[in-house]
Amino acid sequence: MNKRILITGTSRGIGKYLVDYYTSLGNTVIGCSRNEINYTFKNYEHFICDISDEKCVKKIFKKISITHKGIDVLINNAGVSSMNHSLLTDISTVRNIFDTNLIGSFLFIREAAKLMQKNKFGRVINFSTVAVPLSLEGEAIYASSKAAVISLTKTLSKELSNFGITVNAIGPTPVKTDLIKSIPQKKLDALINRQAIKRYGEFQDISNVIDFFISEKSDFITGQEIYLGGV
Amino acid sequence: MKRLNNIITDSLKEMDIMSSSEIIDSETELFNGKHGLDSLGLVTLLINIEQKIETEYGASITIADEKAMSQKNSPFKTIGSLVAFLEEKLADDE
Repeated sequence: MNKRILITGTSRGIGKYLVDYYTSLGNTVIGCSRNEINYTFKNYEHFICDISDEKCVKKIFKKISITHKGIDVLINNAGVSSMNHSLLTDISTVRNIFDTNLIGSFLFIREAAKLMQKNKFGRVINFSTVAVPLSLEGEAIYASSKAAVISLTKTLSKELSNFGITVNAIGPTPVKTDLIKSIPQKKLDALINRQAIKRYGEFQDISNVIDFFISEKSDFITGQEIYLGGV
Repeated sequence: MKRLNNIITDSLKEMDIMSSSEIIDSETELFNGKHGLDSLGLVTLLINIEQKIETEYGASITIADEKAMSQKNSPFKTIGSLVAFLEEKLADDE
C-alpha cells in the first residue's frame, strides 16, 4: 500500500500507536506533537508544532512538499479535552480546546488538501468522540468542539470531492490513554454502559476503521462518521 | 510584474485552461471571456499561484483573504487585476 501518511498528535496514545502501525506496514509516516518524542521508527519523520499555529503548520507542509512531494493521507488525531461543569469552565480552557480540536484540524486539512489536489487523491480522517452523540455531561466544550469537527467533515467532504479527496470521521469510545486519565472511574463505567458493546476501545479498533476509510476502494465513502462500540 | 504574470499564465496552462501558444494580456478575463473559470477552477488556480509564489518568492501568502473578498472590484476579474493585487500583497508581506 505504501502511502505518505501525516498524523497529528503522535507523542503518545493513539497517535503513537498509529505511527507504529502504519510504518510497520511499509508506509512513510510524518507526525507532529507539541513536545519532543522519545521514540523513533524507520520511515518516520517528526515535527514539533502547536497545530493551531498557522505559521508552524505551513512550515511543516512546505517541508513535506519538498521532501515527500505530497501527502496521501491526513489523520487529524491531535486533540485535547477538559472535563468540567460548564459553570466552572474557564474561558482560556474553552479557547484552548477549540484551537486544538477545531482550528488545528481545519489548518491541517486546508494545507493537506492543497497538496492532495495535485494528485487528485486524498484521504482525510478526523477524530470525533462518543461524547457528541451521547451529549455527555461535563464535556460541553470538548463535545462542542468535536461536533464542530463533524460539521467540518461533512461540509469539506462536499467541497473537496472534486479533487478526489474523501473526508470522514471516527468517534472512539474511551480508550485507555492519557486523555481519559482525569475522568473518575464511576463516570467511565457509566459511559461504557451506554455502549451496545460494553468494553473499552482498543487501538486496533481505531486503526481498523481508519484502514477502511483510507483504502483506495473507499473512494465512494465520504462525509461519514463511525462511532465505535455501538453508540 | 512579468514574473507574477508568468506565474499566473503557467498555472492556467497547467490546468489546461489555455494553450501554450495563446496570447494573453492584462485584460484577459479569468471569469467571463473564453477561459471562463468556474468557482472550483478559481480555487485551484489560486492554490497553484500561492504555491508558486512560495517557491519563487519564499513568501507564504493567502490570496483570498478578507481584503480580497471585500473589495468593490474583484481582484480576480482579469489577469491584470490579479497581478496588481498580488504585487500589493507581496509588498505588504515584506
